[in-house]
Amino acid sequence: MIATILRRLGMAAITLAGVAVTIFVLLRVVPGDPIAMMISPGASKADIAALRAHYGLDAGMGQQFVVWARDLFRGDFGVSISMHRSVLELLAERLPATLELAVAALTVAVLLGGAVAVFAVLMSDYGAAPIVDTVNGLFLAVPDFIWALMLVLTFGVLAPILPLSGRIDPTFDAHFVTPFYLIESLVTLRLSIFWDVARHMIMPTLALALPLAAVITRVLKESLREAMMQDYVLLARLKGKSQLRLVMQEALRNAIAPTLALTGVQFTFLIGGTVIVERIFSYPGIGNMAIDAVINRDLPLIQGLTLVFGALFILVNMGVDLLVTLANPRLRHG
Amino acid sequence: MFELSRREALALGGASFLTSLMFGGSALAQTSDKLTIAFNVNLPAFDPTVGPSSVNPTIQAIYRSIFDQYIGQNVDLSLAPGLLTKWGWNDDKTKVFMDVREGVVWHDGSAFTPEDVVWSIQRAGDPKGGNPVAFVWASLDNFKVEGSRITADCKNFDPTIFKWMAFLTGYVMPKAYYTKVGADGFEKKPIGTGPYMVDEYQGNAFLRLKRNDKYWGPKPAFETVIFKFVPDSTSRVAEIESGSSDVTLEIPYEEYDRLRAKSGLAGVCKPITDIGMIFITNVEKEMLDQNVRLGAIHAIDKAAIAKRLLRGYATPIDTLDAPGYEAYDPSIKTPYDPALAKKLLAASGYSPKKPVRFKIQTTRGFKPKDYETIQAIVGMWRKVGIEADIEVYEVAKHFELRAAHKLAPMAFYNWGNAIGDPTTSTGFAMFSPSPHSAWKSKDLDAMIGPLWGEKDEAKRIAGWKAVDKYIAEKGYVIPLFQYSQPIVYKSSLKVTANGTGALQPTLVAKA
Repeated sequence: MIATILRRLGMAAITLAGVAVTIFVLLRVVPGDPIAMMISPGASKADIAALRAHYGLDAGMGQQFVVWARDLFRGDFGVSISMHRSVLELLAERLPATLELAVAALTVAVLLGGAVAVFAVLMSDYGAAPIVDTVNGLFLAVPDFIWALMLVLTFGVLAPILPLSGRIDPTFDAHFVTPFYLIESLVTLRLSIFWDVARHMIMPTLALALPLAAVITRVLKESLREAMMQDYVLLARLKGKSQLRLVMQEALRNAIAPTLALTGVQFTFLIGGTVIVERIFSYPGIGNMAIDAVINRDLPLIQGLTLVFGALFILVNMGVDLLVTLANPRLRHG
Repeated sequence: MFELSRREALALGGASFLTSLMFGGSALAQTSDKLTIAFNVNLPAFDPTVGPSSVNPTIQAIYRSIFDQYIGQNVDLSLAPGLLTKWGWNDDKTKVFMDVREGVVWHDGSAFTPEDVVWSIQRAGDPKGGNPVAFVWASLDNFKVEGSRITADCKNFDPTIFKWMAFLTGYVMPKAYYTKVGADGFEKKPIGTGPYMVDEYQGNAFLRLKRNDKYWGPKPAFETVIFKFVPDSTSRVAEIESGSSDVTLEIPYEEYDRLRAKSGLAGVCKPITDIGMIFITNVEKEMLDQNVRLGAIHAIDKAAIAKRLLRGYATPIDTLDAPGYEAYDPSIKTPYDPALAKKLLAASGYSPKKPVRFKIQTTRGFKPKDYETIQAIVGMWRKVGIEADIEVYEVAKHFELRAAHKLAPMAFYNWGNAIGDPTTSTGFAMFSPSPHSAWKSKDLDAMIGPLWGEKDEAKRIAGWKAVDKYIAEKGYVIPLFQYSQPIVYKSSLKVTANGTGALQPTLVAKA
């Protein structure tokens, strides 16, 4: 197992290196020169050259890459052109906000999607399946940003009971030690602050979670139905176990593996979805920062963000593979 | 003993959850001494003199809250005393003098001095410092301080130097503090001399400011000002409609009309120094034909587009110097005249059956109804014998193509000019050496060139008006509209519209 993990880590490093090269080259090939974005109309060629040199963009692409790669190995991701701060520092500040949001959305999606799937299987004898399928189809068809806008209109305007933007009430003097606001406020038992942070997360979490919950429902429901027709379930049924126990204790364990694998893949999409959802809710995570970085053609920041997104995708997929292996004895011993 | 079943406990938990959802937040509770603005852009960085945000006109509203400019600016664009109380040139305009306000303190309590002014100008003028308009500040040299008066030599005479002191990057920075904490330290804890002090900042979320009780100017109306960074216009509408914010701006005109009609809300939508225009690039042969250019200009019914697409919140213009600008000349006209357009195009052999073809580039969603405006214009052109293909591009691509002189034959964009001077509108948009010009020709350069250093102000302005007239006659650019800026606010407030478009908290008061 350890050898497998080490091999996967090695492959992950190679993949990340590939991502780094690709994004570095792409950013310099596609239109959108960061210096052209900020040069004054009265600037002379010498002024433009000075500005280009100031941001280290005057050297050739190869030389720029060598400098960037060398600094990366030293833990220096460069300085953001638009924010005038260390990219690493910015990522360390913003990534936890996105992670808290993504994990909350995943949790809600798993619980909601799982509960609906179980409910649909339990109620299959009562004709609930078509209703569940129809509602689920609707949730599948509506993308996260549409959910976000609908939530804004519903809980922000029509019944304004939830905060519309940000991560915490701007009037609070919270003074966090870590950038994990939700966890820190809970651990330090500052419950009013915890509740405020949680309230700010409800709408973006739902916007991200609902489409994923629908995917989980669909896959888990089918897996459960299949499992419920197996002999071991029939045997348990003959032993007099209730329908709920049959589903939860017998079928679910065998049905969970494909759902788990799919959830992992979908989770990476969910992290991608934070970009637009964070924008709509003015949530200060890396997704929101990524849009500004692209608008400003902030090359060091875009490069840093891409590496982080890449690393997240790789780590999530590795984690899912590991979980699937642990959950399935055939894979574990195969 | 009272006992709860599991089901009852869950029900109780659910009820308390809903109750706290309904009443747990403070977002709706606005105290009268706090102003919350749902702002349309994020503040990436605090240093107002370097980087892309330093030349972003919208962000100046925030910078002007924290920092002071060398010279202030009234809402009608006229200059006003700022940290400089007097300024001017000597008789032969080879030197400048600047009288520095006394008794001003920085937010950390240290004294503001003339050395801060000198250091700020020298730092801004350093070509290695990252100031995008370093060339402006580098025109001053050999500073001398005597008491509260600073004098400096003009390396080259720039008639707009004092206007720049109220414009982009024209902010005084704290010499001693900045030198001590460095660029990184300044970004983490910025100080200025402005009416508000930075209290809390969360990039992409909010900026909280506290009133500077030691401010040298009029006492700001609010103890606390919160800028919420809400770039999505739907979310900004929700912010003001739900009462979560007190003021917002730059929302769709349809929403502006709807919201200001609602009870408890009010609105103001006045013209600002932001215009929509179509650049003409003199590279492809079609654009070298004056009949085609003028035909395209006379075929556009700007008034109809302004009325129908922009709901009347735009003023048609005929020159890049819009109403309110110093060189605005209302006598210069390029009227809507489709018959004339047809005649001009026919003279070059073009007609609706045999149209001239070219590409026009436009942004989509960057300015109000930008793409729709170009669609309407293309439709009008089709009727007179012009067939234009629309290409949508990003703002970043526009800048790069424009700097490389590779824009399409025609390209829609907007141009801001918060000081209203002709050099920063017609000048930079039409003078060949400017990286932001698209039409590059010697005849125009010969007219514009001498005006950069013209010392007689009346002659300078008259010269720019002549340039505008010549451009209109030749059809070197297509000015379209001067935009109005929609601002919606709670009717318990009073908002003074700013001609520059900078929604400064100091322009908001309690009604």
